[in-house]
Amino acid sequence: MTNTKEKTKITEQTRRLLNRFSRKRGNLIPTLQKVQEELGYLPREAMLEVARFLDIPEIDVYGVVTFYNQFRLNPPGKHSIRVCLGTACHMKGGYITLDAWKRRLSIDRGQTTADREFDLDTVACVGCCVMAPVTVVDDKPAGQVEPTKVDGILLSFEREREKRGKEKR
Amino acid sequence: MKTVSLTIDGKEIKAPVGEKVLWAALDNDIYIPHLCARHDNSAPDASCRLCWVEIEGKSRPVTACTETVEAGMVVNTKGQAALRLARTAIELLLASNEVDCASCAKSGACELQKIAAHLKVKLKTRRFKKILRHLPVDSSSPLFTYDPNKCVLCGQCIQVCRQRLGIGALGFAHRGFNRRMTTFGDQPIGQSECQNCGDCVAACPTGALCFK
Repeated sequence: MTNTKEKTKITEQTRRLLNRFSRKRGNLIPTLQKVQEELGYLPREAMLEVARFLDIPEIDVYGVVTFYNQFRLNPPGKHSIRVCLGTACHMKGGYITLDAWKRRLSIDRGQTTADREFDLDTVACVGCCVMAPVTVVDDKPAGQVEPTKVDGILLSFEREREKRGKEKR
Repeated sequence: MKTVSLTIDGKEIKAPVGEKVLWAALDNDIYIPHLCARHDNSAPDASCRLCWVEIEGKSRPVTACTETVEAGMVVNTKGQAALRLARTAIELLLASNEVDCASCAKSGACELQKIAAHLKVKLKTRRFKKILRHLPVDSSSPLFTYDPNKCVLCGQCIQVCRQRLGIGALGFAHRGFNRRMTTFGDQPIGQSECQNCGDCVAACPTGALCFK
């Protein structure tokens, strides 16, 4: 997904960001937050660079990144898809909706499509349980998202893209 | 070396000052179940929750691996409250373990078997619902195989990898039920920084790490 040129760029960018921090292990999380803020996610090269900077095993950085929900290992897509798996959505078949998204986008949760158009993840309750099962599409909660509606949402995005393509021409 | 005397299960024993109850007991042939403790680790993880003992004067059971010996201490390893906690801990471990003893290379030398026998818990215990992880077995290393489904997350391999060898190829990643011992980026061990010393395999109390 990332080529050599991009990798070098990430390494350089991370190095520049790390200059502001002292080499204390306690700085691991603030450092990672800063890097993610700048890069949008935590690529492999960035994690390796952080590990080298703090002089800790690489796996320790990876362990922290995979432990906390706030860190992402994949670049954010143009559109974010967040499937709610809170209690109400769970009862209303949130997992079935999640499976539909996974199937349609051919990615797993926490991943981004190869064209970086969509990223898929789950949330635990967004506070509008009446609308269960909920999927938050680009920060807007959509209600009653069952597999057919998943197709509908994707179709509307495709339409939009086609329209934009025509306007450009 | 200065020693203190204490009583464990009615047996009068002497232990070095600063020693933990677990090692004092084990040195005197009193077995206390344990998975995560290492004698060379001065800051025990106390994560396996198996080495429960009762100490006179304390209202609740304590973990023997974190409790420092004191003069005149009276320890009971067979207290009902302590055993109940330890039994629950082993049953929870077995509930997410394959318990495939018949075809496991570690069978006979497995700490889980030993602990289950000691606590009189059946390996096929049905107290908790069986939920397995179904993770792929990693046989990428030329020396050993790693079956994460048999791992009890004791962290012995990780401690050995860093404290004794300073490599740190192994560590914990992911969260909750998905937590597992793994390498950076979940790479196969054969492609990680692992130097194939095999010390982690020797440290593994279960069949998770086995020599080929």
